[in-house]
Amino acid sequence: MARAATNRRKLAVTLIAWTIGIVIFFPILWTALTSFKTEAEAVATPPTFLAFHWTLENYSEVQQRSDYFLHFWNSIVISVGSTLLGLLVAVPAAWSMAFVPGKRTRDVLMWMLSTKMLPPVGVLIPIYLLFRDFGLLDSRVGLVIVLTLINLPIIVWMLFTYFREIPGEILEAARMDGAGLKEEILFVLLPMAVPGIASTLLLNVILAWNEAFWTLNLSASQSAPLTAFIASYSSPEGLFYAKLSAASTMAVAPILVLGWFSQKQLVRGLTFGAVK
Amino acid sequence: MATAHSRAAARLTMSPAVILLLGWMLIPLVMTLYFSFLRYNLLMPGTEEFIGTLNYQYFLTDPAFFAALGNTLALVGGVLALTIAGGIGLALLLDQPFWGRGIVRLLVIAPFFVMPTVSALVWKNMLMNPVNGLFAAIAKGLGLQPFDFLAEAPLSSIILIVTWQWLPFATLILLTALQSLDRERLEAAEMDGAGALDRFIHIIMPHLARAMTVVTLIQTIFLLSVFAEILVTTNGGPGTATTNITYLVYAQSLLQFDVGGGSAGGIVAVVLANIVAVFLMRMIGRNLDI
Repeated sequence: MARAATNRRKLAVTLIAWTIGIVIFFPILWTALTSFKTEAEAVATPPTFLAFHWTLENYSEVQQRSDYFLHFWNSIVISVGSTLLGLLVAVPAAWSMAFVPGKRTRDVLMWMLSTKMLPPVGVLIPIYLLFRDFGLLDSRVGLVIVLTLINLPIIVWMLFTYFREIPGEILEAARMDGAGLKEEILFVLLPMAVPGIASTLLLNVILAWNEAFWTLNLSASQSAPLTAFIASYSSPEGLFYAKLSAASTMAVAPILVLGWFSQKQLVRGLTFGAVK
Repeated sequence: MATAHSRAAARLTMSPAVILLLGWMLIPLVMTLYFSFLRYNLLMPGTEEFIGTLNYQYFLTDPAFFAALGNTLALVGGVLALTIAGGIGLALLLDQPFWGRGIVRLLVIAPFFVMPTVSALVWKNMLMNPVNGLFAAIAKGLGLQPFDFLAEAPLSSIILIVTWQWLPFATLILLTALQSLDRERLEAAEMDGAGALDRFIHIIMPHLARAMTVVTLIQTIFLLSVFAEILVTTNGGPGTATTNITYLVYAQSLLQFDVGGGSAGGIVAVVLANIVAVFLMRMIGRNLDI
């Protein structure tokens, strides 16, 4: 009797939750479906849901019309490049904050976080002019530099919260055995911190992949990652729903899958472990 | 055991990160401040001259500034309210046992990984478009007049798009916090005769306070600088209906080439963000220990 009531309740919650889940996911689903339609079917009224002529032509046309793989490659170079560069700078910094904390460590950490509160638009003009003068506008190098700098505080914070859980005694023991600073970080700390570093890497690739303010303002045709490439579809002559959907699906799919795999670390990473 | 040797090493290992961030913060900021006192137009090189606070006077008395300030507050406040309220509701729902919970969880968090330019274009063209959009098709199917979202209610439409993107984040954080709640306390309260609403107000909400602080902090940082969604959907219009401070400064400097005026706007944006940041830092200071 009680069991039947529990099951009825469970069924009701299942129905409600699935309905809400599908409503929230629907724009993504709809985009993915539209990418397999012909342009005529994409704008047909009433819209077709599944009963349409499935085609892959949009995918090949997106590549032919505008070198999609170039922009895909730009996204990879910029997001992975800026994350690796950030890790290179942040690992030593996080090591010192976690294992040799001083009186000012807390202040330095808070200050680093506060640089994230600097609105990008407050420094847009000088960066734009500096990039113009140094020939960095529309270059992947320029975007890697900017994204490294804007994500650096997050990388330092995340590594710091992961490093703090590693017992300092192990590192000290290595030092007693004669390991130098480099050996200590490379051979003792890093192997133990692999899960934390992997999460940091994953999350920052996701953040950099989707970053749009700087990529839109500093890139044009050559260095444009997918965020900026997709924006070019907002112009009237570029407006083809099926092709827009194909390009969008290709831009979103890889990072969506990566995000789903790392959802557990996402909470920890983005809140620096403040929410458990 | 921090020795003098390790202290020196700590300074050495920390310095690249500190120097880079200090440079990133100071150099452009000082340049923006300097430009903000100049008459400086990119189309007229060589005519730069010092004009004192004139740029600020123009920027701060421009009706577009008040519109942008109001829009910024509405956007941040609206999205925060909707994502936190919706996030609590969704977290409570996803915390229940039901079939396929893992899959629904993946569906709900998916929008967070959609890049802003894609979500803006998808919403604008495929859902909200008054001729070919899905919402128009549904309205016609129900015998109603299609609604031109981005023309009739531009700011609300953008708030809706941005809420869709950030609801997953709020949900995920609040759900994680909810799952760390001590179940025995809830059961004990139920035994003592506390109703569902009482349990929600007196046990669940206080437990979620910290997570709500974190959501507010992180979302505010990102929401103050919403840009791509506006650029792609409305270009700040119609008029200034969807221009926020970020977009206003962008338009002034990179569309009208007015570096001086844009810089003054940039400094105003920094000051406003700092006012918000002080409040937020106090909030985390109370709720967060590192």
